[in-house]
Amino acid sequence: MRRARVVYNGAIHLATEDNGMLRLADRQKLAEEQVVWLPPVEPRTVFALGLNYADHARELAFKAPESPLLFLKGRNTFIGHRSQTRRPADATFMHYECELAVVIGRSGRNIPQEQAYDYVAGYSVANDYAVRDYLENYYRPNLRVKSRDDCTPLGPWLVDAKDVPDPLNLNLRTYVNGALTQQGNTRDMIFKIPFLIAYLSEFMTLSPGDMILTGTPEGLVNVQLGDEVITEVEGIGRLLNTIVDKAAFSQVGD
Amino acid sequence: MSAKEFSQPPITGLVYGPLLNDRSALEQLGDKLLDPPYKGLPKAPILYIKPYNTHVGHGATVQLPKGVARVEVGGTLGLVIGEAASHVPQNRAYAVIGGYTIVIDLSVPHESLYRPPIREKCFDGACPIGPSVVGKESLTDVSQLVIRTYINSEAVQQWTLTNLVRPIPRLLADVTEFMTLFPGDVLLAGLPLNLPTAGAGDQIAVEIDGIGRLEVRLEAAANDGKDEKDERPSL
Repeated sequence: MRRARVVYNGAIHLATEDNGMLRLADRQKLAEEQVVWLPPVEPRTVFALGLNYADHARELAFKAPESPLLFLKGRNTFIGHRSQTRRPADATFMHYECELAVVIGRSGRNIPQEQAYDYVAGYSVANDYAVRDYLENYYRPNLRVKSRDDCTPLGPWLVDAKDVPDPLNLNLRTYVNGALTQQGNTRDMIFKIPFLIAYLSEFMTLSPGDMILTGTPEGLVNVQLGDEVITEVEGIGRLLNTIVDKAAFSQVGD
Repeated sequence: MSAKEFSQPPITGLVYGPLLNDRSALEQLGDKLLDPPYKGLPKAPILYIKPYNTHVGHGATVQLPKGVARVEVGGTLGLVIGEAASHVPQNRAYAVIGGYTIVIDLSVPHESLYRPPIREKCFDGACPIGPSVVGKESLTDVSQLVIRTYINSEAVQQWTLTNLVRPIPRLLADVTEFMTLFPGDVLLAGLPLNLPTAGAGDQIAVEIDGIGRLEVRLEAAANDGKDEKDERPSL
């Protein structure tokens, strides 16, 4: 089952996918353009991985890390499918990152790797945008780079874990204005899903709704105003996002 | 402390803490911050997050992480956000604060500030909060507050908010320039560099006049290593 949270006719609905359409609980069928998409899971504690694909670590001129490079995201940063992300006016290099998002479904502590998948509710697609201009060598990558408002699109769907027999063999692709710019496969993760669940749960309790964004392969391209960015994970979903400037949000000055 | 004195954390959101927001911390690190890997002083606010699993209330017993004998005890002021706060100008900063609380940022000691300190700062119970949220109207000037930390009733640290790199209005303005804070989120004022440490069996208390006294106890890590899953429903 593929599940979504959408806004339609003044209410939040839990919808499921039905032949490319959305089906609401009252059996209304809607096209994806008819609704406002929310992140399919209300984010709680969300971890993301840096440098978790060997090729991407190489691209950024780092050697692969010996322990996972983890950082956290605030709840302000998440937006749904078909939404807009602001590019700061002074940014010279802002890039997407196509990532498989692992959503925890059961609470657990000290989870052994062999049981890790029992704790996964499902999977989604994340676009973990980064504004590299704001990198500093403190708690790198810091929240100003990675947890900006509307800089982490998530969705469209939460795909039930049982419908994803091998999450470590999925193609990742990013298209900017229709052109393929990033390609990889989840089999090339350095720290894999069972390891990450075991690693985190050794010092913290994982809870339903917690998420791990598992990192991105090589192929990072600077995005420009107006760009339509599709991050796609095979069998999980195609997540559309558009880059806009501040003015698109009609922001009132101080 | 009896079990009935235990209370839930009085906030519902995430806790964000600024790195090196006390001038004495910057001064003590001095030229180290100009050398690799840092190569310069921090520019924008550098934040860490204390996620939900770290939040515990007054009277809690916090288990040390496996293999850790002592943790740093960072008693500080928590600004409890009362209104959604985005691009807040300094002169409106106090308008978005709903109240104040005490936060004890527990950390596994670590020297490097280069990577996010996840294992060090996000273990279960690493962020005691409370005992309650005090409405902002009850405190006239938070910029002068004194924070006192006690371990087993002995005064081990006293510091004040008079020496912040970014005083509260500036901190809120600079943070909300790039991220919205929501009602129930907490922004910490900062911490000095040399913090007291505590180990298993120690009773920790942090006091701020006008807000209260937050107490927790530390205990040794359980060493059974077994799965401790609970009975909460699946997602």
